[in-house]
Amino acid sequence: MNLGPHATFIVTAYAAAIAIIAGLVAWIVLDRRHLMRMLDDFERQGMTRRSGRVEGEEVLK
Amino acid sequence: MSLIELANPSRFLALTGRALPWLSAATVLAFAFGISQIYFAPDDYQQGATVKIMFIHVPAAWLGVFAWVLMSVAALGTLVWRHPLADVAAKAAAPIGAAFTLMCLVTGSLWGRPMWGTYWVWDARLTSVLVLFLMYLGVIALWRTIDDPAQAARAAAVLTLVGAINIPIIKFSVDWWNTLHQPASVLRLGGSTIHPAILEPLIVMAVAFTLLFLTLHLAAMRNEIMRRRVRTLMMLQAGARIRP
Repeated sequence: MNLGPHATFIVTAYAAAIAIIAGLVAWIVLDRRHLMRMLDDFERQGMTRRSGRVEGEEVLK
Repeated sequence: MSLIELANPSRFLALTGRALPWLSAATVLAFAFGISQIYFAPDDYQQGATVKIMFIHVPAAWLGVFAWVLMSVAALGTLVWRHPLADVAAKAAAPIGAAFTLMCLVTGSLWGRPMWGTYWVWDARLTSVLVLFLMYLGVIALWRTIDDPAQAARAAAVLTLVGAINIPIIKFSVDWWNTLHQPASVLRLGGSTIHPAILEPLIVMAVAFTLLFLTLHLAAMRNEIMRRRVRTLMMLQAGARIRP
């Protein structure tokens, strides 16, 4: 593919778009991992939210 | 499935957990098809190969604006209907909308340099899009400033609705003022002025970007629901420590 005399601008624009999308995806994936780890820690400590509790069970064991 | 039923965060998590793999796959396929179409798309008779920047610049601009419209509807959901997922949707959309607006500004600037001879000019379209980007940063900052999610949601909703005034300004700026930016050539009364050989890849890329936005937005909403669960558990834990 011949991008002509302005190839640098075209390639830089696509590289910037890829970098921004990659940044967004990385942010969401890393944020999810961090939150899952925290929820797992709480679960190990025996803590669940009311909606995640069996009826009659205490919030904090 | 009604909106009321979707208001249950647990049900929302279950539904989106099933939908996200399919949405991600559809996004990848749409981008693969779009990129193959870009490869074979002809150069513009005036702009040459730089027209290829349009295939990412225009969808990014549309989604930058779309995200704010979505946030405005969600703001009404927060202030009027008090839908429990409305502020989750608004908060999750803000960074994604900001990223697409930044992409629009960067790619537009890189397209402007060879075509206009300058990276930037303070014309109405460029300036109103820059204002949109700054508004996104303002809303994100506001969310981070206020600790209580319910209070933050109300303040952000008001700011979002005020910022919505900018949306018609962005759309019609090229008609209302004499700008260096070209007038609307796709979404206009009387139909598109773009040749089908260039319009078709643009539409495919717009679909791909929209699928990407939906995928990222649903994933970010799931994260936000989990963040609130973590916050609730932290408060319960802190309360338990204080109790004798």
